[in-house]
Amino acid sequence: MDRRNFFKASLAGSATLAAGTCPVQARETRTISPDALGLLYDSTLCIGCKACVAACKEANGMPPEYLANTEQPYWDMPLDISGRTLTVIKVYRNGTMHKKDEEQNGYAFIKKSCMHCVDPSCVSACPVSAMAKDPKTGVVSYSKDACMGCRYCVAACPFGVPRFTYDQTFPQISKCQLCQHRWKDGKYSACAEVCPTGATLFGRVDDLKKEAARRRGLKPGTQTTFPRGQLGGPDQSYPGVVAKYIDHLYGEKEFGGTQMIMLSGVPFDKLGYADLPPRSDAATTESLQHTLYGGMVMPLVFLGALAYAAKRNTRQYQEEEENGGNHG
Amino acid sequence: MAEHAHAPAPLGGKLITPVTLCLGAISLAMGIVMIVRFIFGLGAVTNLNDGYPFGIWIVYDVVIGSAFACGGYTMALLVYIFNKGEYHPLVRPALLASVFGYSLAAVSVIMDMGRYWNAWHIFWPGYANVNSVLFEVATCISLYILVMWIEFSPAFLDKIAVGFLKKIIPDVKKIVAKLMFLCIALGVLLPTMHQSSLGSMLLIMGNQINPLWQSGYLLPLEYLMTAVLLGFSVVVVEATLVSLAFKRPMETPLLARLAKFIWGLLLAYLVLRIGGLVMHGAIPNAFHFTLETFWFWVEMISFILPLILLAKPAGRNNAGKLFAAAVLLMLGGFMLRLNGFLVGYETGDGWHYFPSLPELIVTVGLISFEILAYIVLVKLLPVLPAVKPATSH
Repeated sequence: MDRRNFFKASLAGSATLAAGTCPVQARETRTISPDALGLLYDSTLCIGCKACVAACKEANGMPPEYLANTEQPYWDMPLDISGRTLTVIKVYRNGTMHKKDEEQNGYAFIKKSCMHCVDPSCVSACPVSAMAKDPKTGVVSYSKDACMGCRYCVAACPFGVPRFTYDQTFPQISKCQLCQHRWKDGKYSACAEVCPTGATLFGRVDDLKKEAARRRGLKPGTQTTFPRGQLGGPDQSYPGVVAKYIDHLYGEKEFGGTQMIMLSGVPFDKLGYADLPPRSDAATTESLQHTLYGGMVMPLVFLGALAYAAKRNTRQYQEEEENGGNHG
Repeated sequence: MAEHAHAPAPLGGKLITPVTLCLGAISLAMGIVMIVRFIFGLGAVTNLNDGYPFGIWIVYDVVIGSAFACGGYTMALLVYIFNKGEYHPLVRPALLASVFGYSLAAVSVIMDMGRYWNAWHIFWPGYANVNSVLFEVATCISLYILVMWIEFSPAFLDKIAVGFLKKIIPDVKKIVAKLMFLCIALGVLLPTMHQSSLGSMLLIMGNQINPLWQSGYLLPLEYLMTAVLLGFSVVVVEATLVSLAFKRPMETPLLARLAKFIWGLLLAYLVLRIGGLVMHGAIPNAFHFTLETFWFWVEMISFILPLILLAKPAGRNNAGKLFAAAVLLMLGGFMLRLNGFLVGYETGDGWHYFPSLPELIVTVGLISFEILAYIVLVKLLPVLPAVKPATSH
């Protein structure tokens, strides 16, 4: 075996060794904390009053947004979430828009804000831990003091939630943090607090799921009571009529689950919520990273082989360079 | 042994020429945009938005630019690891281009970072998130830039030996020479890591990436293989252009042998790439009538044509065909990355992105500055192999 082949063989050998010592490290999609908090949004109860949008702005100290083409900048009119708006209500329209919560010739409202994923992409993507998921409550929070403004979270989020204030000299990410800053005063998410119909309901995700299951089990057109504000808080329920739900609790399985879950009469892909697989992208990515870089075993073994080869091979060139062109 | 004897020597010649003046003017324009950006923010100069949070400052200057700067990596791999000594004269010029490519990519990142004053967090325990692919990319690239400057230092250490530095430079040179093997090893390891990770960055974007480019676990391999292909191609293009521009003899025989490696690797890449598309069931997407499909075919054809051009020894030994194949490969690698990060990225309806004029000025400005610095440095420092060996010794 000549020297060249020896190096090739030793490189191949070390690669095999590295692969052998570091087996595939599968990172499963995370599971929800039993104490997770979240929101239940019921599109069939929403009347599109946008009290939640206004309350959210006030609770989070966000400035109003005016329509770009309006000559009357008098009131807040965000069309989408942005660096200055953490939640909006959007409307689905079809044909004559005759009937609420109908896919054909109907209309429906839908809330857009952070889903508080059980296994969030933004947290996995952020290189400086500015995005964090509370291990107990599961709230996905943002720290601008840690953030370096790379916007990988914006690119990574499958719901397009984290937004960035591009127009500021010292910009930052904006996203819903479930109003966790209000908890110390015994308050909860402002959007749920002000919702007049209970379309947005705050509570433990476990309880919210039970409430969602109860509604889905009722016969459309019958009377029932709908809680408002905080599930498990003071009773603010009111009697109402059960709508016809599609057979889908969005956020139950999507992406390993989310802590904002949603009910609707119109399929969610029509409302701007895509079909997502049950496995989170964070799990996929981290499985790869942990396999390649777990304990830095593979890189170090590879480095050792490279250093060995380089040491053997550079000696020759250094001698030549020291001698200059004298032996040309 | 004849090639080895061509020790690197400064080219000499005038520094101020119409070309360098022109490059300097573009670099200056870039400087102005940079000032505006830091005073008024990203929105004042870029078309970035929440649907396209990464623009050309990331996708071109970093993702594509660093792959174009893989000449130093691939030549070090060939010469020092696989011990192909005949390519030694190509190492230093390739390394110079690489060190500039990467250093300027770092400048671009700082420009692009909204909260750049927190950039150090990425190296700080407590902030650093080791699960993040971007953490791997950023730390790895930073370390690689440092390693490359050390690798390149023998070319300039003598020049900066003035004042108090005069005393310590000989010792520094000795230490650098002793540790050079480690730098070379790191100089191969680190690009292997971050060039593959640049592909892995797309994993977390999931099905926001068109299936034509969301290759799942094949992403790191695809990006690594094309980075090596690009590295070789850049060396071919660079060597040809340098020969033409400075009226030096062509290095065709040497490059032709290099082209054989390129061909084999290219074949392997295409098998992997097309196999991946089949595996992910993305083949039907290649025949939709969309803009994505058009750019997909531009990318694929740019990889397939060089496979034909370089298939036979006659093609590899033809300076023109070799150059054309290398340029096509650069286009292919360029398109793969542009497609993955921008053309094939779709996060919802209603978002558009095309770089603004200031964004383009910065990108073109960085390239201009890179070429300018390359020209100046090969004239001042021993980078290119001397044409007539050793007459001055």
